[in-house]
Amino acid sequence: MNIAVLSGKGGTGKTTVSTNLAFILGISYVDCDVEEPNGFIFLNPAIDKREEVYVEVPEIDQQKCSLCGACTKICQFNALAKAGQEIVVFEKLCHGCGACKLVCKYDAITYGKRVIGKIEKGYSKGIRCERGILDVGEPMAVPVIKSLLGGLPPERHIIDCPPGTSCNVVTALRYADAAILVTEPSEFSLHDLKLAIELVKQYEIPYGVVINKDDGMENRITSFCKQDNIPLLGVIPYSKDAAILYSNGIMLCGDKQQSKYISEIGKNIKEVFGWT
Amino acid sequence: MKIVISAMGKEKESILDRRFGRCEYFQIFDTETSEFKVVTNKAVNANGGAGIAAANQVIDEGANVLITGNLGPNAYELIEKAGIDAYSCASVPVHQAIEMYQNNQLENIKAAGRAHHGMHH
Repeated sequence: MNIAVLSGKGGTGKTTVSTNLAFILGISYVDCDVEEPNGFIFLNPAIDKREEVYVEVPEIDQQKCSLCGACTKICQFNALAKAGQEIVVFEKLCHGCGACKLVCKYDAITYGKRVIGKIEKGYSKGIRCERGILDVGEPMAVPVIKSLLGGLPPERHIIDCPPGTSCNVVTALRYADAAILVTEPSEFSLHDLKLAIELVKQYEIPYGVVINKDDGMENRITSFCKQDNIPLLGVIPYSKDAAILYSNGIMLCGDKQQSKYISEIGKNIKEVFGWT
Repeated sequence: MKIVISAMGKEKESILDRRFGRCEYFQIFDTETSEFKVVTNKAVNANGGAGIAAANQVIDEGANVLITGNLGPNAYELIEKAGIDAYSCASVPVHQAIEMYQNNQLENIKAAGRAHHGMHH
């Protein structure tokens, strides 16, 4: 079972909820926010395995190429262009779809490999930790996310998702069996939460909401959840203590008071997600 | 010789567009036949690689000279490889840009500008 943790709005506490939940439930933590993975700052695992992530890119055999330009016309991403006596490949725009090879009548296109990121694996505090890292300057995160999540063993995992509702989150949700939406009682957060819920609904998986920086009152999030019948999985109250722990890279679980809130969320997700 | 100018409109009085990949039109002048043609830049709404697609189109039109504002890294590479002389010009009417070119008043583009520069205008 893969439990995706997402939010819509960035900075609501996905990583805080993910790392602490994984630890308290004793299940693996997977950071697929590959553009800025930060869960390992808190878990600090000893890395025992590193794998490179490749994408395929066309290579043009200039001997065989007739400069007909069919490949440049079929490419939907403008990754190929004809200039002078040469077909130029813009590797970072290539999505590896294979169309150029299909249309080449001269068998001048083969595919080579290009490294765009890596996956790191290790253990921390008795739990398995994995993360994907997209190399700086690379525009496409999806291949790294697919490689990371596609390679997970069939166990229980907490999947720390990227923010937003982009292709990166869409890809991560394909591997999810349940979703936790982390939000905070601000208008911005509610706005993006609604977008994230719309997305999650497409997957027909159980989901619920966690309110971080909760004010302990009836707020825009609690009334929205009530009105739309969305299960509230728990809260992390707004507190200076939590902020101090966080900014020192210490997990909330390490604090007696704070860990109660995480345990409560853990208990509720088992119930709501039918975890047996 | 064919001169291609990135432009905001279809008339000779239209203003030169300093964005290359995201300009609306390319105005094409053939100095030998005095023929004048306007084509829409097919890349104007491209999701990505607009500079590349625009450069492809300019190359396909058989341009010898390109007058625009800036060229991003990808477009610059193609225009240079295709042997097209690129010149940088201010936002002036297209006919004036051509006059300036013919009077050697324009500067050659010898390096690529920033990537995605034209997306934010």
